[in-house]
Amino acid sequence: MSKPIQSQPIQFKPVTSRLIRGLFAGAALLAMVVPASAEPKAEVIHWWTSGGESAAVKVFAEAYGKAGGTWIDTAVAGGENARSAAINRVVGGNPPTAMQFNTGKQFDDIVAQGLVNDVETVAARDGWRDFLPKPLLDAVSRDGRIYAIPVNVHGQNWVFTSTKAFEAAGVKPPQSLDELVPALDALKAAGITPIGHGGQPWQDGMMFNAILLAKGGQDLYRSIYADKDGEAVRSEAFRAVVDYYGSLRGYVDPGSPGRHWNDATGMLISGKAGVQFMGDWAKGEFKAAGLTAGEEFGCFVAGPDYMIGGDVFVLAKTDDPDQKAAQELLATTLLSPEAQVDFNLIKGSVPVRPDVDTARFDVCGQTGMERLKDEGRQIGNPEMLSSADLVGSTRDVITEFWNTPDMTTDDFVEGFVEALEIAG
Amino acid sequence: MRPRRTSATGTLALLPVWAVVIVAYLGTIAWTVVISFTASKSLPVYEFVGLAQYERLFRTSRWLVSVENILIFGSLFIGTCLVVGFLLAVALDQRIRAEGAFRTIYLYPYSMSFIVTGLVWQWIMNPALGVQATVRGWGLEGFTFDWAANRDMAIYAVAVAGVWQASGLVMAILLAGLRGIDQDLWKATKVDGIPTWRVYASIVLPLLKPMIVTAVVLLSVAVVKAYDLVVALTRGGPGIASEVPAKFVMDNLFERSNIALATAASTVMLVSVLAALAPWLYAEYIRASGARAA
Repeated sequence: MSKPIQSQPIQFKPVTSRLIRGLFAGAALLAMVVPASAEPKAEVIHWWTSGGESAAVKVFAEAYGKAGGTWIDTAVAGGENARSAAINRVVGGNPPTAMQFNTGKQFDDIVAQGLVNDVETVAARDGWRDFLPKPLLDAVSRDGRIYAIPVNVHGQNWVFTSTKAFEAAGVKPPQSLDELVPALDALKAAGITPIGHGGQPWQDGMMFNAILLAKGGQDLYRSIYADKDGEAVRSEAFRAVVDYYGSLRGYVDPGSPGRHWNDATGMLISGKAGVQFMGDWAKGEFKAAGLTAGEEFGCFVAGPDYMIGGDVFVLAKTDDPDQKAAQELLATTLLSPEAQVDFNLIKGSVPVRPDVDTARFDVCGQTGMERLKDEGRQIGNPEMLSSADLVGSTRDVITEFWNTPDMTTDDFVEGFVEALEIAG
Repeated sequence: MRPRRTSATGTLALLPVWAVVIVAYLGTIAWTVVISFTASKSLPVYEFVGLAQYERLFRTSRWLVSVENILIFGSLFIGTCLVVGFLLAVALDQRIRAEGAFRTIYLYPYSMSFIVTGLVWQWIMNPALGVQATVRGWGLEGFTFDWAANRDMAIYAVAVAGVWQASGLVMAILLAGLRGIDQDLWKATKVDGIPTWRVYASIVLPLLKPMIVTAVVLLSVAVVKAYDLVVALTRGGPGIASEVPAKFVMDNLFERSNIALATAASTVMLVSVLAALAPWLYAEYIRASGARAA
């Protein structure tokens, strides 16, 4: 086709008119497509890409389809990547319908910059304030308005025990933190790695925070992460927590640094290690290996308080009525009791509404749901109470202490105070 | 002087390139520096706070550890790569049999990404999986080789993996240089009875200077951007023992939603690189052109 044009320039004309006709046809096609998109269409950015996770998110997609909408799945592997992809698109003027964040402060900035639609209409209509646990409600509200859709609650201060390892050592698995150290000593004597620990900074930090909440109590924990109180860090109670944490260093194996959490869970599954401090997502690994809660593996919450975290969806700012309808339908669907139960059963977490049927959850899930009903006994994880910056800075101190046996409690305390000051 | 028309055409042809350089390179660098003086968290905001981010940066022990590590890693990595690469090149230059096969073997690690290199060496140097576990399995209970999990050795573990990967590249560059040396030179030194080591030290090495500079530049770039190797091998651990500046920047930019601190750190990296390059740039260009003008 290009050859006649080159030799006979006059033939440009038909080409031009063909182009115009093509444009018209395209426009007509577009016009035909537009009415079809009147049904709510939601593009959702999330980072649930592992096997269990994508099975869980499929529950949401199907529920949304049943409710009359179309779910457009944009999965980005890795939380950080997904969040920066979402924020880049919001800043670039091409926002998705909804984007995933962890429950907490991660979406503070985009709320403050006015890049987010609130969920007040749906929240008021569906009575969210009547059933959401208070820490969760606080975590999704800014100045009294709800800006995020919480979808699950992960408990983060769980301790898992390997029945196989404890049978081999000939002792009973511990049921509480008080029974922990003697049990660890028994495992050590039997030549089994007592704590299956993944020595990555976030895991070092999670273990410390679980112990801080259990041994130091909710008030101390809150005054550190919520109030950033340097005096609380210098208190005797905090120093006792640091000493206890430091004493656990002797119970991990030399291969621990850098290990992934699921490899550490694998050590419990095979009976090579006895206990693991981890969030309830570890259950997914046990279940995938065919183990049953309460039989081949055990679980207990470290201390009387329940440290919660989870995932939320945030709705990008839009004035388009179609998109707004899609967002409202999404908010209603994600919190419907059926979707909540089905999703969380697969995800390993527990529903954000305590008013759903708990019969299908396992022993650990039942415990989690019980804890969720007692408002005085639950508190957000550090990410919910303080900025990502502060969590990261304190984590640097925690992981340095955990990996440096000659670092003293004084050094730890001073480093922690400094981190609170500079990152506050 | 050349006709003016040609240079105008040339300038015109270069305009798009200049636009890209000014907007995409200099523009983003300038923007990065500007952000480093603000209080930005996860989004850029133009609330200026002076040098606060820099003050914080140099109070952060993790940054100080990172700087120290990059100096250790950089000098060991570049130094060892040059020595090993040069020795390999000299060995291959002896007209040995199956030279092609050896060349491929030595250059092979370079075809692997730092991520793969890091993972492989992580397994080798992990006390529970690698050489230590194997040798202990043979009955040598006291054997220890746990660099990836030992906080005193972790940064050296990173250097070892880096040297393993990049020595072959230095070898290839220097071998090309050695092949370019006039055979008559060798004959002349033979006639004069100069020992071989002396020929390498006093004649061959100076002749190889351009190749060595090329290798140093390539290796230095790898040092400054060292990130993937560390992430794959030690994740900056144990603790913060093997953190590097590029990882500090990435963590603050994304995970910690702290772009002002991240840009402050990258500005410090930029200034340090410029400061290190300045004497060389001065010697190569400014003094040289000054000499030419005079």
